[in-house]
Amino acid sequence: MLNGEPWPLEAPLTVAELLVKLGLDTRKIAVECNEELVPRSRYGETWLKEGDAVEIVHFIGGG
Amino acid sequence: MENATLEKTVTPAPEPDDTWILAGRRFRSRLIVGTGKYKDFEQTAAAIEASGAEIVTVAVRRVNLSDPSAPMLQDYVDPKRYTYLPNTAGCHTAKDAVRTLRLAREAGGWNLVKLEVLGPPPTLYPDMQATLEAAAALIADGFEVMVYCADDPVAAKRLEEMGCVAIMPLGAPIGSGLGIQNPAMLSMLIEQAKVPVLVDAGVGTASDAAIAMELGCDAVLLNSAIAMAKDPIRMARAMRAAVEAGRLAYLAGRMPRRMGADPSSPLTGLIRR
Repeated sequence: MLNGEPWPLEAPLTVAELLVKLGLDTRKIAVECNEELVPRSRYGETWLKEGDAVEIVHFIGGG
Repeated sequence: MENATLEKTVTPAPEPDDTWILAGRRFRSRLIVGTGKYKDFEQTAAAIEASGAEIVTVAVRRVNLSDPSAPMLQDYVDPKRYTYLPNTAGCHTAKDAVRTLRLAREAGGWNLVKLEVLGPPPTLYPDMQATLEAAAALIADGFEVMVYCADDPVAAKRLEEMGCVAIMPLGAPIGSGLGIQNPAMLSMLIEQAKVPVLVDAGVGTASDAAIAMELGCDAVLLNSAIAMAKDPIRMARAMRAAVEAGRLAYLAGRMPRRMGADPSSPLTGLIRR
């Protein structure tokens, strides 16, 4: 699951590879996997597996 | 010529030294503004500029994966110029609030955060039990927590003793614009506090912000009052002026209230028939 939507995982993938695939600027976002924060320094070594729930967030306007 | 002279004489004296300290950082503006509910990012940026705010609140939400190149808030409101204060708006449990702020810290690198854990609509009143729980977890994790809370002096004291860096009681429910509903309790809360107290939520128009500042608040936090005004940029200027006016009035010390009249002109020397 990716941001609450089903997302097919075709081959093993790291968080870093996922972000490249999605075309996201890693400087402005944060990533959580199964409700645990994935620190930026560990994107390259964090492998995603079937059934993982990934959240990718950024800042938007709010009060 | 006469007008020019008059303008010169009535310009109020600036108060260059009237700054306030939040979590060890010094700020001049006593107005913190939200960045939500604006028509577009251009309007957001212009209103913030007009408000004179140095701190802006921001929300943390899922990235829109269908359009990863969409413009972002940071492109319009520079995090190097403004202190970003990530909030936990929309969080109804302590767990969600803590998760959200850990993500915010990773995305932006900021420890200074605004915690709010809300009860259900229609009041969205602060859930104080969950707020206390989340505050404890965040402080243990190294966050500097500014906390949205009820106008409850007992809970506020507890939050302060836990180590929250600012106490932020509501003036009225979020987005209601109902103004300062409990000034007496806010005054008592301000009196006992040893950390900055901000009125957060409820301000509807400039006079509400002035009232909050006249009570002795260190600053005011608002969003809808500016963003939902017909002319947000002009209202941002109004809020800036109101916060300054309220602060000056607080420092000046208001005259005592009295029942009945007391003439301003001397009663002696009146002409008589």
